[in-house]
Formats: sequence, structure tokens, C-alpha cells
Amino acid sequence: MIDWGAIFSNAAVELISPTTAAYALAALGLAIHFGYTGLLNFGQAGFMALGAYGFAISTLSFGFPVWGAVLVGIGASVIFALILGIPTLRLRADYLAIVTIAAAEIVRLLFTTNTFQSFTGSANGLSGYKGGFAGLNPIPEGRYGFGPFEYNEYDWWLRIVAWSIVALACLFTWQIMRSPWGRVIKGIREDEDAVRALGKNVYSYKMQSLILGGAFGTIAGMIFVLPRAVVPSNYQTSLTFFIYAILLLGGASTILGPVIGSMVFWVLLSFFSGFIARAVEAGWIPFITSIQAGQLRFILVGVAIMLIVIFRPQGIFGNKKELAFVK
Amino acid sequence: MLVIFLGLLFAALTMSTFATVSAGPAHADEVGTDEYEFVLTGNVQFDQKPLDNVLITVEGGGYEASVETDAEGKWKVGVPEKATYTVSLDEETLPKGVVVAKGGNVIEAEFALTKVKSVNFFLGEGTRTTVSFFDQFVNRFVNGLNFGLLLALAAIGLSLIFGTTGLSNFAHAEMITFGALMALLFSVTLGVPIWLAIIIAVVLSAGLGWSLDAVIWKPLRRKGVGLIPLMIVSIGLSLALRYVFQIFVGGGTSQLPGSGLADMKLGPIRLSMIDLASMGISIVVLLAVSYFLLRTRIGKATRAVSDNPSLASASGIDVDGVIRIVWVVGGALAGLSGILWAYFRPGVSWDMGFQILLLVFAAVTLGGLGTAFGALIGSIIVGLFVELSTLWLPSDLKYVGALVVLILVLLLRPQGILGRKERIG
Repeated sequence: MIDWGAIFSNAAVELISPTTAAYALAALGLAIHFGYTGLLNFGQAGFMALGAYGFAISTLSFGFPVWGAVLVGIGASVIFALILGIPTLRLRADYLAIVTIAAAEIVRLLFTTNTFQSFTGSANGLSGYKGGFAGLNPIPEGRYGFGPFEYNEYDWWLRIVAWSIVALACLFTWQIMRSPWGRVIKGIREDEDAVRALGKNVYSYKMQSLILGGAFGTIAGMIFVLPRAVVPSNYQTSLTFFIYAILLLGGASTILGPVIGSMVFWVLLSFFSGFIARAVEAGWIPFITSIQAGQLRFILVGVAIMLIVIFRPQGIFGNKKELAFVK
Repeated sequence: MLVIFLGLLFAALTMSTFATVSAGPAHADEVGTDEYEFVLTGNVQFDQKPLDNVLITVEGGGYEASVETDAEGKWKVGVPEKATYTVSLDEETLPKGVVVAKGGNVIEAEFALTKVKSVNFFLGEGTRTTVSFFDQFVNRFVNGLNFGLLLALAAIGLSLIFGTTGLSNFAHAEMITFGALMALLFSVTLGVPIWLAIIIAVVLSAGLGWSLDAVIWKPLRRKGVGLIPLMIVSIGLSLALRYVFQIFVGGGTSQLPGSGLADMKLGPIRLSMIDLASMGISIVVLLAVSYFLLRTRIGKATRAVSDNPSLASASGIDVDGVIRIVWVVGGALAGLSGILWAYFRPGVSWDMGFQILLLVFAAVTLGGLGTAFGALIGSIIVGLFVELSTLWLPSDLKYVGALVVLILVLLLRPQGILGRKERIG
């Protein structure tokens, strides 16, 4: 028989998990790129990888404190954004898409190769960089919480920090998009030439947007690796596609869309995988194995991306007038 | 900025070589054994004496790891799947006067019923015949040409589709995989002779192209969906199809018949019959496509639609018909390219198309988006670059070079080699 309680509580846990927070923050960064500025960045996985590795390598190889490691990651992502932006921001949108996707793969391959194994751990990745972050934890040892939400002090500390960062990032994005800067950014999305005619330096604004959203992705990459280890195969292009699915689900040019999108995405995905896995065990679906059941989730994400874009391009919260892709 | 980036890259490269030299083999004999449950292991000995610091590389199914033998000559590598792996021993790291005596320094290892597979090399006395740089260069060049030609098949289809519909079709990767999977299904599972299986697979791939257009892209064009949403739809489609393939064929790698043929030696060049046939097929098909585009009515109509759809439509060209033909041709070319790619890799796997998708995109962008002959030139450049770069770069970085070149070309000549300036606006 199917244990519905376990399926629901496993799904509920995803609601506040640090992974959900990391995806929400990465999607918020992408909202700045794609939703507000109209930049097709397909390299968000690269920014996240730089955050994860920047944090882990500077902690492990150079013994940096937490704040230093965070700054190294952000610094790396700013340089990455400049390298991406300089050749492509003057070009048409699909060039940026191809270059960003290529650049993210370059980053992943450089982290995977055996050449830099002493720093990156090549295909095995890195672990053991969490000491500094755990050391800042003010919560006394023990287990807290209720029901499915019962964690030890490190897990709570991680959740509190992760969601506070998400909240601050949302607040910041909301304020900045109401500011004159944000109006120029949205103007670029609507009609680049009109903004240029007003004497604004479109190229520079786009670059600032790329750096800001990339920095969000980088911090998301750090949150992403705090509950797990750094493994290079996590940063494949499908990571970027998952974040796009979240962004499109919530609404591309909204503040809360990415956050709610991430929660809905992970809760539904966990519920779906849990249900299929147990249904297979219970023999309800005789023609697939449990390994195949695990692959169904990717098919679901793929189909969901297609359906949302075709039938509800503005997402859950979006306004149809504020679409990044009117053209 | 770029100079600084490259400078950093080289600095990092030199630094890391230095680091590997000084680090020494502390726990170098075990890699990935904690993480994965399947283990490849071996013992490198010569004349009953263990050899240490011999470099062993394990590669397969997208996974790659290297390990150095310890003082007892032993090594262990954990691998993620119970699949076939290529284990190679770097002869440069053997002591002087010792070589791999028979069986070569590359072994295909396949797991039997157990979780541990031992792989041993037969070492003997002798001197290595080192291949001169020039011979290596020629060899890589021919390989690169072969790779570039098979990329060109896929790239021309992608470029024609982009030219006529404006769609950057990420699901092209799955059209490539589909061809190889169908060839595998008919030749291995159903026992059809391989030449017939290839023809069937190409016809079915053309059918896939046609049906994708009829079921998804044509209705979306009618609906007036913009180009960027279309591109995102193709990404979703690519993800969904890829995992549908995985559900059917699993995560392993299977071989098409004849892929294990021995290499022949033509002077410095080492090629198998399959490589020669692959290059021959690519060249003939590419010539046929060029003839189609340059000389036939439909080919001319295709180029007209590529240039300006509304003008083409106004001059009485059936734009929808042309687009349908482009999808059929694109599907067939992608399927054929997938089969050749399965022989080149070698092996058929569920994500094989996705592995070269970025190279195909790089080729198309290099040549100039939407220009068919640009895609051909771009592909050959990318193919040559990928293979030749292994002369200097470690082989797990060979795709990086091609992708860096893509970014460099966009910096210097954004419209691509054959593209016109107006296209990039």
C-alpha cells in the first residue's frame, strides 16, 4: 500500500529547503536578466558553479574566512559577466544565448578536468568547506521543529540564512526595479532603440543587469552547496533549464514569481517523484522500473516548460503586458 | 580584458602542472571509490616488481577519472555505472625500457556479475616507438576532418531551419540521437543488415523532422508565437525527448555493428574502414545538399525564404511547403550525422546528441547564423580545432578550445565567417 503520509511530508520539506531557496535566488537573478532586461542568459549554471567553486576553493586551498570566500565567488562572477557581456551584449538576443550556454559549459569543463585536480577535485568535486559557515551558527546544539520540519542546529541555521538572503534579494530587486535605473532596464526590454534615443547607454545598463543577476546566481550557487558537496556534474546545462522552468512558472518579470515558482516546482516535483516511486514499488505501474521512474521527472519538467510558454507565457503571477518576449 | 582572461588561463595551467608534480601520490591510488559502488581495479607490475606512479585513465559514459598507481603498483577507480569503460595506461609514465607488450595500452573493460572488475596490462621489455609530432598532427587532422564533416551534416540542417523559420532548435540534439538509436534498433535488436538499417534510420529521422514540424512548430507558427518562446519550447522538448530516450534505452552505451574494426595504416594515418566510409558518405551527402540548394527549384526557393520570407511568399513561393521540406531534410541529415557520430565516439547512448549540440551551435554561429555553407565551413573548423587541440591540451578539455574560439570569433567578426552584417542587428 502507498504511504501517503511520507509522500506528503517529503514534499512539504521541500517548501523551505535550502535547495529551494538556492533555486529561487538563481531564478530571481535570471528574472533580472531575462524578465526585466530581456537578456537571454542560458549560463546561470556557470554563475552558480563559480559561486560554489569560488567559495569552496578559496576556503579549502587558501584558508579564506567565510566573508572572504563569498567575496571571491562574487568577484569571479563579475569577471565572468564582463567576459560574457563584452562580446555579446551588442548582438542579437540569440547570440547571447549561445555564448552564455557555451561559457557555462567551459566553466564546468574547466572544473571537471583532471588538469586542475589539486584545486577542483576534478570529477569527484570538493567537500569539507562548511566549517567556517557552521562556526558562525549562534543556535545551540539540538533538534528543533515539529512534524516533518525537524532539523538539527546546522540545518536550521542554513535555512534561516538562505531564506533571509532570498528575502533581502527580493526586497532589493523590488526597490531597484521601481527606481529610475529599473525603469531604464524595463525600457531596454520593451524597446532598446527608444531608450538609446533618450541618450541612455544601453550597453552599460545591460552589463550592469548581467552583473547583478549573475551575482544573485553566484550567491545561489553558494547556498546550493552548503547542504551537499560540490560536484561538477550538478552544473550541466539542465540546471539552467530547471531554473528557467521555475522562472517561467512563477512569472518572468515578477519579484515573488521566482520564489513561489521554486516552492511550487520543488514541492510538485518531490510529490510526483515520491508518488511514482512508491506506485512502482506497489506494482501500480507494472511497465516501468524505479530507475525509469526517476527519469520521468525530467520529462515532466520538459513538457511543463513547453506548455507554460505556449499557454501561459506570463506564468502564475505575471502580467501579460509585461512579457519579456513580445517580439 | 580577454588578454587578461587568457593570461589567467595559462597561469592556471602552468600552476596546476607544477602542483601535480609537487603534490605526489599521497592517496593517489584510489579515486571515486567512496562515491560510487562499482570499482575498476588493477595491478601494474613488470617482472614481478610493482611499478608506482603509473598514470591510468578511466573513461566512459561521460565519466572520466585518472589515478596513479601506489608503491605496490595497485590502483582503484570508482565508476558510476555498470557500463563499459575505456581504461588507458599512459606509457610516458612507465619506467625506461618498459612498454605495454601486447593488447595495447587501452583496454575496454566491461563489468560482469560482480561490482569489481580488474583490468591488467601486459608489460614487457622494449622501447617505445614514439610517434613524431608531424605524424600525430596529420593523424589528428584527418580525424578532425572526419568529425567536422559529420558535424556539418547536423549543422546544415540546424542552419537551414534557423534560416527559414528563425528558430534556434535545441531539440536538434535529440534528432541526432534519434538517428543513432534507430540504427541501433534495426541493426542490433531486429537483426537487419547495417546498410539497410542506416537507410531505414535516416528515413525515420526525416519522418521525425516532418512530424515535429507538423505537430509542434507549424501550429505554433500559426499561433504567432515569438522566436524566443519558440526557442524555450525547443529546450523543453529537448529535455523531455532526451529522458524519453533514456527510459527506453537506459543509461548505458551500446555499439553499432562494425564499430570495432581495426585501424589500417596509410603512411602516418591510422584509419578504419568505417572512418573512410563515414567521410565518404558525409562528402557525398554534403555535395548532394549543395546541389539541391544551388541548382534545384526547391533549393532556390529555400534560400529565398531564408533571405526574406515575406518577399518569397509574395513571389509565389509556398513558404510553408519549403519549411516542411527543410524540416524533413534537416531531420534526415541530423539522423545520418547521429549514426556517423555513433561510429566516431564510438557507441550509442541516450545523450550523445546533446554532447555535440553546443559544437553544432558553435559551428553554425562561426559560419554565420542561417547560412548553409557557413555552417559547413564552421563545422570543419570546429572539428579540426577539437581534434588538433588535443596535441597541446589534455583530452578532457578538447571541447573547451572550440567553445573559446566561438566566443573569440563573436568578438572579432560577430556576423560569422560567411554571415552578412545586417543579420546581427
